[in-house]
Amino acid sequence: MTDYSDGDWHRLHPLTPLLKGGIAFVAAIGIVIANLREFLIDQFIGGNGEQGEAIVWATEHGYLWIGVLGFIAVLLLFVVGFYFSWRMHMFRITDEVVEVRSGILFRTNRKGRLDRIQGINIVRPFLPRIFGAAKLEINVAGQDANVQLDYLSGSAADQLRTEILRLASGTQQAPDAPLAPTEGSSVIEQRLNEFAAPELDPAAVSAQSVVNIHLGRLIGSLLLSEFTLVLIGVVVAVIAISATTGELFVLGIAVPFLIGSGSFYFQRFTKSLRYSIAGTPDGVRVGFGLLSTSNETLPPGRIHSVQVTQPLLWRPAGWWQIKVNRASKSSAQGAAGQANTTILPVGNLVDVENVLALVLPGEDAHALREALVAKGGDVGFVNSPKRAALFRWFSWRRNGFALTPGSVLLRKGAIYRELVIVPLARLQSVALSQGPIRRRFGLADIRVHTVAGPITPAVGAVDAGDATTFFGEVADAAIRSGTTDTSHRWRSGEALA
Amino acid sequence: MSDRIELPETEWKRVSQKYIVVDVIGSIIGAVVMVGGAAIASYFIGAQWAWAATISLAIIFILTIAFTPRRVRSIGYALRQDDLLFRRGLLFQRFVAIPYGRMQLVDINRGPLARAMGLSELKFVTAAAASGVTIPGIPEQDAEELRDTLVTLAESRRAGL
Repeated sequence: MTDYSDGDWHRLHPLTPLLKGGIAFVAAIGIVIANLREFLIDQFIGGNGEQGEAIVWATEHGYLWIGVLGFIAVLLLFVVGFYFSWRMHMFRITDEVVEVRSGILFRTNRKGRLDRIQGINIVRPFLPRIFGAAKLEINVAGQDANVQLDYLSGSAADQLRTEILRLASGTQQAPDAPLAPTEGSSVIEQRLNEFAAPELDPAAVSAQSVVNIHLGRLIGSLLLSEFTLVLIGVVVAVIAISATTGELFVLGIAVPFLIGSGSFYFQRFTKSLRYSIAGTPDGVRVGFGLLSTSNETLPPGRIHSVQVTQPLLWRPAGWWQIKVNRASKSSAQGAAGQANTTILPVGNLVDVENVLALVLPGEDAHALREALVAKGGDVGFVNSPKRAALFRWFSWRRNGFALTPGSVLLRKGAIYRELVIVPLARLQSVALSQGPIRRRFGLADIRVHTVAGPITPAVGAVDAGDATTFFGEVADAAIRSGTTDTSHRWRSGEALA
Repeated sequence: MSDRIELPETEWKRVSQKYIVVDVIGSIIGAVVMVGGAAIASYFIGAQWAWAATISLAIIFILTIAFTPRRVRSIGYALRQDDLLFRRGLLFQRFVAIPYGRMQLVDINRGPLARAMGLSELKFVTAAAASGVTIPGIPEQDAEELRDTLVTLAESRRAGL
């Protein structure tokens, strides 16, 4: 097995051109050949010759051989082009950076700093997966700042991930023994084993997945979404319109919409199947997918804020969802077809507690769980005063904030319940604001700034005095954690083995 | 219950008084363009509501300009031991605290008016787009010194993202 982290340049999987775009190319050739076939049948067996008119025209004018030669030349050009683009596409991993260079005429060279890695994602789309190939995506902080290695062989991707994480962690320890290759004598057997293998590499995982999404719960969570409400609304509207006006064409319009919804549900469903989340020494590993799989590692200290929410329809079932803000945007989709900021698509309180314990190792997950469901006025939270009931009709008792040694907690909503946790070491700045109406009632708003993402940590209509105190406390705590935090080199404390 | 928010034990540095002139002239230019445009539109529409809208627009601009001196005086910043405090706004007050270690870069901008008055605008960028701290009306010399100080401070307290 090749050692990829030796600082030398390496090439990608030889099937890469075929997997990346070559399939469309093969299909194009197929279409041309299909046209030719009809032409040949017409020519030798006889027919009306309506198909393949371009070719008929070319024969009639004596250009057929030029056409064929041109076609072969283009074909050769493509093959040579693909070959050279594969030859020129190389990557290397040093102690500091991961570097990729590619392109024949327009060369690109991309370097990602290892200590700025926000996550490593191994994606196996269905077709490459059959060929045993995988795409390794290294997310570096920033918009569109991903280093993609597509495609690698499955075991190489796994090994590379381990290596990059080891180098990025800042540990001085020697690498562990390389993974045992997948067992099986023949190639087919090997593929089958890889296909059936658990997404979590057993050697690197300290514990099994802490969450198992039950099939019924997955289906239920999909059906009880806001999307379903919209769907029902549309269906009712369509029936009402066609019943009152007697026009049936409305139904015809609704059919494509229903088919679209069906495929939406199906996609979300297959994407969330086999969801797993587990802690490894190098971060939280989230995997999902049935046909196309994705397996992402989030190293410690890469989660900028965590949000636990409960949509109204999920309340009777007691389900929650967890999202995170991250400093990078991945091009790959996450579980349930959502952006890969959703790290728990659906789970009950126990699952929430387990996932929170994983993503926020410094926090007391049980206390967070208590805070999540509490009606208000307790567990260390400073809540809105009664006069805020004007602005927060139902939730003023719950609406509030708290400061733990490691994080800022913001809690909102009595109907649509929500808890946002921002680790102090990741907090960028904090703002306190007050408008004229809030001033009239002695209230103020607190906002905590983190990197952009689905979560905007803010809490409104809290007592102005409390908010001012909190503002000062958060500012101080953020400075303190900023000086002591070393999670960007999370294993740098480990001694030389 | 209508007290303004005040942070305890903070000595605010205020921006240059000359910035009032810059802000007023800028507002007047804006007002002339907007109100003039609205007036022309109203003339062609010829309806009463159009004139009413134009006049209310003019009143809003006059009020904005009238309050400019107080608004500019409300802008303040404080360099504390480990973070930068910023405030602005009269009616809508906003306070922001940015630890030095979180600053990613410091921009200096100069508009034509501000340049004529020898003023600069300092903009601080963190990894969060929402931080949005911009201190206008700092004398050029001070702005450059302040930027260098802040960059040095940020460098010495640099942490992970």
